[in-house]
Amino acid sequence: MSEKKHSPLTPLLDWLQQLGRFCLGFFERLGRGHLLLFHIVSGIPGLAFKWRLVVFQLYSVGVLSLLIIVVSGLFVGMVLGLQGYNTLVDFGAEESLGTFVALTLVRELGPVVSALLFAGRAGSSLTAEIGLMKATEQLSGMEMMAVNPVKRILAPRFLAGVLSLPLLAAIFSAIGVMGGYFVGVDLLGVDDGAYWSQMQAKVDLHDDIYNGVIKSIVFGIVVTWIAVFEGYDCTPTSEGVSRATTRTVVHASLAVLGLDFVLTALMFGEG
Amino acid sequence: MTYMSNVNDKPLIEIRDLHFKRGEQVIFDGVDIDIPRGKITAIMGPSGTGKTTLLRLIGGQLRPDAGTILVDGQEVAALSTRELYQLRKRMGMLFQSGALLTDINVYENVAFPLREHTELSESMIRSLVLVKLEAVGLRGARHLMPSELSGGMARRVALARAIALDPMMILYDEPFTGQDPISMGVLLELIHTLNNALGLTSIVVSHDVKETITISDHIYLLSNGKVIAHGSPDELEKSPSDWAQQFLQGLADGPVPFHYAANDYAEDLLVTMGKHMKGGAV
Ligand SMILES: Nc1ncnc2c1ncn2[C@@H]1O[C@H](COP(=O)(O)OP(=O)(O)OP(=O)(O)O)[C@@H](O)[C@H]1O
Ligand SMILES: [Mg+2]
Repeated sequence: MSEKKHSPLTPLLDWLQQLGRFCLGFFERLGRGHLLLFHIVSGIPGLAFKWRLVVFQLYSVGVLSLLIIVVSGLFVGMVLGLQGYNTLVDFGAEESLGTFVALTLVRELGPVVSALLFAGRAGSSLTAEIGLMKATEQLSGMEMMAVNPVKRILAPRFLAGVLSLPLLAAIFSAIGVMGGYFVGVDLLGVDDGAYWSQMQAKVDLHDDIYNGVIKSIVFGIVVTWIAVFEGYDCTPTSEGVSRATTRTVVHASLAVLGLDFVLTALMFGEG
Repeated sequence: MTYMSNVNDKPLIEIRDLHFKRGEQVIFDGVDIDIPRGKITAIMGPSGTGKTTLLRLIGGQLRPDAGTILVDGQEVAALSTRELYQLRKRMGMLFQSGALLTDINVYENVAFPLREHTELSESMIRSLVLVKLEAVGLRGARHLMPSELSGGMARRVALARAIALDPMMILYDEPFTGQDPISMGVLLELIHTLNNALGLTSIVVSHDVKETITISDHIYLLSNGKVIAHGSPDELEKSPSDWAQQFLQGLADGPVPFHYAANDYAEDLLVTMGKHMKGGAV
């Protein structure tokens, strides 16, 4: 065994080496991720003949996420109704409760909270499923049967995720508006007509609804992409799959929050 | 039957000067192998020599570091993705783990390649699947899910799936592991029949030396990244090579190392003791 010379610079050099390795690893993964996205997207047209696969995934990715979306939407709407009322009533503006609830949901909370829930509910299960298929050699077996797993397994899941999230976000917002109505109008006595008519007058189709939809489409792409990539790229062991699942939830949530800021600044920044 | 038209004396698979490394570990260090058409070739060697790796190289899932692998005249590593997939349709591979799709039942697993690659009607698919399942003795198990199968049964289902498309060759990775004597006999018979009746080329990777020898036409013995001996079963039995004799007779002592490459055993233990004395962890 050789004795290492210890110069005072050694820790610094070690640290630099680690930093370098980390950065290289990061960019390598980023590159692999983009390459995979390219292959997935190029496999989407072929799904026209395999729509059954997509329908099945729409069920397992979208429909099975409905419950958590509906329940969360209801409670978030109810909290918004309560908090909004308490603030607005000080200014005698409780008639605007409908506008307040709807704008908050449509612009921000609908897309963002549903994307976070979606990452936890559907994203984690996508990663675990694909990771386990990799660990049990199902993906490799498929390759040897001349079936491309990116096209057969990843593409339908990706498409289903991208289609589901905007719909789930819309449902979240709609249920939230109902929740706000229930607390504001039924319990706290805001005028029924004012709740709806103010909302109708102030919520703009282009500025508010379309922008919210664009957000949720972007989130849908990013969350599903991360989930599918983490599963496909994981170390094929039980530990590797569990790490990948955690990473999906953490990275997807951070990406959603970060992108939300960027998108909000782009869309509503000019005011 | 495109492959019948160019049946000739050239081997179906020609491997020349194959080199392959996993990180620092050298798996193949200049290997030449010929797999003749229409014959059963056995590949044997100690655990961890790279038999599964060799099958993956032939199937194009791994790329050699140097050397060439020609399958039916095509260099596997040089093929485009599309050509590689075309080639794989003519190869059946039986994975060591079975690799069945766990979310569909036995019937659907065997039907999978048919549904993906052919436009056959549902009734045709049904007949084909039942024929293949009957051949491996599991027609009655067609409604079971893969999680409900024993390891040996799963492997037989995987075999039925591998022959579903009537490939020109089949790569068997340890087909006999986990089989009782009866299904082992049936599998041996099946591999033999498939080979003779359909003119398939088979590569069998196996540790069951005695059984495998009875059906193989040619045997390659691998160890330490090299071909140690090859020839027909008779030639090998008379082979002067100590390696061959040790392996075929299953002796623990001999030139074939039982241990994974490691540094000196005594030294390794001493290091542990030294650490303990210093109070450090192992
Ligand atoms: N994914 C991998 N990454 C790194 N090394 C690997 C990997 N897979 C296999 N190896 C190494 O390659 C060597 C050959 O493995 P392989 O699976 O081909 O052996 P084998 O001959 O099929 O053994 P067995 O008879 O036990 O199935 C092993 O020593 C193993 O350590
Ligand atoms: Mg093996």
